[in-house]
Amino acid sequence: MTIVFKRTKGLTDVPFHYCPGCTHGIIHRLAAEALEELNLLDMAIGVAPVGCGVFAYEYFNCDMQEASHGRAPAVATGIKRVHPESIVFTYQGDGDLAAIGTTEIVHAAVRGENITVIFVNNAIYGMTGGQMAPTSLIGQETLTTPYGRTPDKNGYPIRICEMLSTLDGGAYIERVAVYDVMHVKKAKEAIKNAFTAQIKKKGFSLIEVLSSCPTNWGLSPIEALKWVKEHMEPFYPLGIYKNTLEGLK
Amino acid sequence: MAKVLMKGNEALAEAAIQAGCRYYFGYPITPQNEITAYMARRMPQVGGVFLQAESEVSAINMVYGAGGAGGRVLITSSSPGISLMQEGISYIAGAEIPCVIANIMRGGPGLGGIQPSQSDYFQATKGGGHGDYKLIVLAPSTIQEMAELTAEAFNIADKYRNPVMILGDGMIGQMMEPVDFESIKKTDEILPKKTWATTGKGKRGKKNIITSLELDPQLLEKHNFDIFKKYKEAQENEIRYEMKDCKNADVILVAYGTIARIAKDVIEKAKKHKIKIGLIRPISLWPFPQEPFNKTANKTSAYLVLEMSMGQMVEDVRLSVNGRKPVYFYGRTGGMVPEVEAILNEVKNILGGVL
Ligand SMILES: Cc1ncc(C[n+]2csc(CCOP(=O)(O)OP(=O)(O)O)c2C)c(N)n1
Ligand code: SF4
Repeated sequence: MTIVFKRTKGLTDVPFHYCPGCTHGIIHRLAAEALEELNLLDMAIGVAPVGCGVFAYEYFNCDMQEASHGRAPAVATGIKRVHPESIVFTYQGDGDLAAIGTTEIVHAAVRGENITVIFVNNAIYGMTGGQMAPTSLIGQETLTTPYGRTPDKNGYPIRICEMLSTLDGGAYIERVAVYDVMHVKKAKEAIKNAFTAQIKKKGFSLIEVLSSCPTNWGLSPIEALKWVKEHMEPFYPLGIYKNTLEGLK
Repeated sequence: MAKVLMKGNEALAEAAIQAGCRYYFGYPITPQNEITAYMARRMPQVGGVFLQAESEVSAINMVYGAGGAGGRVLITSSSPGISLMQEGISYIAGAEIPCVIANIMRGGPGLGGIQPSQSDYFQATKGGGHGDYKLIVLAPSTIQEMAELTAEAFNIADKYRNPVMILGDGMIGQMMEPVDFESIKKTDEILPKKTWATTGKGKRGKKNIITSLELDPQLLEKHNFDIFKKYKEAQENEIRYEMKDCKNADVILVAYGTIARIAKDVIEKAKKHKIKIGLIRPISLWPFPQEPFNKTANKTSAYLVLEMSMGQMVEDVRLSVNGRKPVYFYGRTGGMVPEVEAILNEVKNILGGVL
């Protein structure tokens, strides 16, 4: 019998706590597969966020530290400075990375800190029950924007890839989505590229993944994936924003 | 090696390096800036890492990462900066990561001033951040002691897997005295191996996780019981204090750090007035030494606590004396340093002017 698909060694044998239809699970698997395929599991040290991804430290099959809200890039910096030869990554939501942790992500990027960031953008604070995130779209209804987000009251959504790619320290920055098979495959390639940038000591790499939150968006899993494609993607265009890797488009 | 004339801040930095500290994350704030400058210059010479963070919030989280990864790591700041670090310190204590934190205190509250102060005693010894945890807090009163306690702090931190704080004030940071580093190198304690650190799974096979999260209340309670068991051990083993002239003393002064030096001058001056004054100088502020109070409470008439604050350590002294004798307080704040004459007057007042 030929095995065509099996569980990645990059994840532990622990059931995810994520809601049905949530793409956090897919993103975990992609990052874990990338680590396994690049043979990095023994030398990887991950940093988990606060938010729905908080138990990432239980799921990834490598050494992990759990950081306080938004501080993962600083924690990763400390780890990387002690073990420059290891592969250090953070896994962060949009509330974590683009609100409370904006300082930490900007400065890790500008230092060209040789770490990889998996940035999960689901346009909402999932874990705390669906409040506005810095990435929530104009018009989006959340617990804290019950009449829809408006620029005059709540400001504009923040585009992280665009912003960070203006900084000199970035080595590889790409935005991907996971709403269908083709995009899932592309997302995996992107994550591998980001780790490759780190292996090659090119500096800071970040992959933003447009993700779903069916629970807090009040949509079915299928409708949620459609919402990512139809509402998020136009505002957050997919693509490579920065690339210093040779031989890659 | 001969003695070197050094500022307290520099002595702290050099002692850390000699104690094997190779990771320093900092952010400038007066009156501890000599430490950042010293580390920036020295760390590359010893193959260590100096990194100026973008804020104290980031710096303490770099410490969390580096300490968690098994590095011997130091962070230093002054009062407002330490306030910013409290979230990180709570996480570090919760995740049981060793590191050394120095607070070279200045006056507060708020932006306050840049002159020496001791008004962060509560913050240092009573928690500071959220949750049930303790820092082991050491307070040097000479530059030599600044160096020795800093070096020792790294071992204590490793032994208990807990942050240790050096609590100095601006005066002790800025003052210059000769320091002998010979005694520092003689630390051949056998410390536990950092088998828990995130170094990459490598040959270990089993992954290491560093976290302070525990959603199950029973397990979180167990975790808190466990760390307090550790703190109890620290209370048994890490008490440090100095007693001077306490035998037959009419009044015993209680002071730590810079003011303890002034207190010693008060003792000398008082002798000329035939007043017998003693001094209890806590060196470990947490765990707080109770023994010297048990030894003296039946023999002296009163205690006078001296602080460069509105009165913080005085509460621990009252707890230790436990009503056996009156406890008085004299303090200056805002960066003012109590003077010998003023303290002596306080003593005379306490003794009712009869002497
Ligand atoms: C200092 C601090 N403030 C607030 C919180 C509460 N909190 C936990 S998760 C979260 C939002 C996380 O949102 P996001 O990063 O977008 O992740 P998601 O849950 O959507 O995956 C907040 C505000 C916290 N844990 N710590
Ligand atoms: S709340 Fe949203 S982001 Fe969190 S697990 Fe559920 S669906 Fe996913």
